[in-house]
Amino acid sequence: MTIPERTLLRRLFTAQDLTSMAPAAKVVVYALLLSWLMVVLFPLYWLFITSFKLPVHVNDGPDFLPFIDFKPSGHAWRYIFVELGNDTLRPYLSSVIVASCSTVLCVLIGAFAAYALVRIQYRVKVGNVAAFLLFLAGTVYVIVNLGAPWPVAAAVASVLFVLFATSVGRSFQRSLGNDDILFWIISNRILPPVVVVLPVYLMFQRLGLLDTHVALIATYTAINLPIVVWLMRDFFAGIPVDLEESAQIDGASRFRIFFTIVLPLGRPGLAATSLLILILAWNEYLLALFISTADAQTMPMLVAAQNATRGPQWWYMSVLIVIMIAPIVLTAAMLQRHIARGLMVGAIKG
Amino acid sequence: MPPSGARGGRDRLAEWLDRNAGKVFILPAVLTLLAFALFPLLVSAWLSLTRLRLAAGGFSLEYVGWLNFKKLFFGSQQYHLLGTFDRLGATDWSIVGAVLALFLYLFVRYLLRPGVSVVGVIGRSIAFTVASALTVLLVATLGGGFPGSLVVTLFYVFAGVSIQFGLGLGLALLCSQNITGRNLFRIVFFLPLMVTPVGIAYMFRMLADMHKGPFAHLWAALGLGEFAWASDPWTARLVVLIGDTWQWTPFMFIVLLAAIESQPRDQMEAARIDGAGGWQIFRDITWPSIAPVAATVVLIRLIEAFKIIDLPNVLTNGGPGIATESLTLHAFIAWRTQDLGGSAAVGYTLLFVATVACLSFFNFAGRKARGAAP
Repeated sequence: MTIPERTLLRRLFTAQDLTSMAPAAKVVVYALLLSWLMVVLFPLYWLFITSFKLPVHVNDGPDFLPFIDFKPSGHAWRYIFVELGNDTLRPYLSSVIVASCSTVLCVLIGAFAAYALVRIQYRVKVGNVAAFLLFLAGTVYVIVNLGAPWPVAAAVASVLFVLFATSVGRSFQRSLGNDDILFWIISNRILPPVVVVLPVYLMFQRLGLLDTHVALIATYTAINLPIVVWLMRDFFAGIPVDLEESAQIDGASRFRIFFTIVLPLGRPGLAATSLLILILAWNEYLLALFISTADAQTMPMLVAAQNATRGPQWWYMSVLIVIMIAPIVLTAAMLQRHIARGLMVGAIKG
Repeated sequence: MPPSGARGGRDRLAEWLDRNAGKVFILPAVLTLLAFALFPLLVSAWLSLTRLRLAAGGFSLEYVGWLNFKKLFFGSQQYHLLGTFDRLGATDWSIVGAVLALFLYLFVRYLLRPGVSVVGVIGRSIAFTVASALTVLLVATLGGGFPGSLVVTLFYVFAGVSIQFGLGLGLALLCSQNITGRNLFRIVFFLPLMVTPVGIAYMFRMLADMHKGPFAHLWAALGLGEFAWASDPWTARLVVLIGDTWQWTPFMFIVLLAAIESQPRDQMEAARIDGAGGWQIFRDITWPSIAPVAATVVLIRLIEAFKIIDLPNVLTNGGPGIATESLTLHAFIAWRTQDLGGSAAVGYTLLFVATVACLSFFNFAGRKARGAAP
């Protein structure tokens, strides 16, 4: 093989070996990646410096560089943390409580279900499902239309259904398997929150739980549950069954196996899933808008409420957004290694 | 039943738990979903057929049948949900005709195939009917009329998801090249996903401010200094779309990057030795191996995109007029004006359209992509 003439042009456009790129291609790739880097970072940079600007700096048109274009001032930070004090800290605390509790609860319940769907065979009689739906619709009708007290109606319906399922229900032939259950759980995610929020609002109103942390935690747990089951199922499916079987022979119960073998092995998946659920719960806006009004107000609502009559006060708003992003970024930094892998597994197997 | 003896009670409880482990594992999830998804779904269906009456000491719900839906689709609220129609011209009719013919052709082709199933026929009839109706709606409102919240939502969903997928795939392909600083890009590109949508809305309002924003000098130089994007329907929608894209492109990027990185390396190197070009490698090796993942991320995004509310609510407040209102925002506004039934009816419309769209995508594109995988 003769060595080709290495003109400058040719050297620019041909790769030296199989794994590297031609210099010109490399320049293009870097240029494109760096421009997207700017697209991502510039808004965040602008947000950050705006939180240190005085109103006059914002209103006089764009100032880009702190210390050169304008003198940074901590007035907005002082206002948010000192003057507003509790009005900032209460929603912040509320957000922390709601997001962390609902994430833990959601991941735990979801992991339980996901594990069960991988290891245990379920058979649900189609007839029983249909009967359950009928009973539920009947109960709703009786409560809403005939004004029956809901605890009584619910209790009566539950007893009737159990009686039905244990007697007539046994004779049904067709049944649903694990895949059907999984599909049902995941399909709940398609349900737009705005459809469920009205009844949930009325439900919490009846229970006297409106505007409490409990209501928000319960709702967020339910809303995010399908994602946890979806992602965690694939993680658990990837865990070899031998370990569990030998533990079972040694006499360990399913719960012991779950907590001592399965959960530790599924840690990367748990980390990625938890982060995703945490982000979703931390940033949730619509449901909080309905369910919490004052006491249980969360941060997204506080941020959204900044649209004051005096016109938007960008400096205060920027501080709020920055302190909202910070904890999530810190958590993500700690869990960073697991994220891509976590999302990947769920996506591959769907 | 858990026995409640004082001695050995704990042991027997543990034994009972172990025997019924199957039920105990899955019941919390099922009960939660029954209480927060299925039960509300039924109540909401009921609500959508009623009208709220304020009565002494509270309110009462009066059954009104299909009135709420009638109002939304044919009556006084039609402009809000569907939009204001324009009379169809010759080009409009030809577009509608072409789309209908295409659906008809696909349907007949399916019927002539071996292995036709009842579910397949019903599913396709529903999907094609909805798609045809939406085509007529799009043509009638986007030409000379004024689109309502349904059309605006479809715009956010389909324009948003395709742009985000394109950008995410492009960035993932670039980032999978053998370059230094790959991890830095990966971490930074992930950031927007962590920002509150409400925060993103304010951030973009700040950035898009024609007088005080960072691009003020640029706008002034272009002679656009006095232009108000918030009062023009399409620029307002575009700003919402940009915010949404900024936030969700990272999601597509991170998952697709992981998929690209796990594709078979040896095949790619063999192809390169044989002298295959970049496009050829992408088409024959990369794309088939990432197609299932691609189909799933698009499905996940489709599901989530239909729920958009934060951005239009904070960025533009749904305005100018109703130009940027999504279906969820529409339902929320109806709720705020005590129109409980109307709100539930809008919600149900959203549920129906989203379900048909997601299931159609899953069956028509998702299955195919999965089948193509090696």
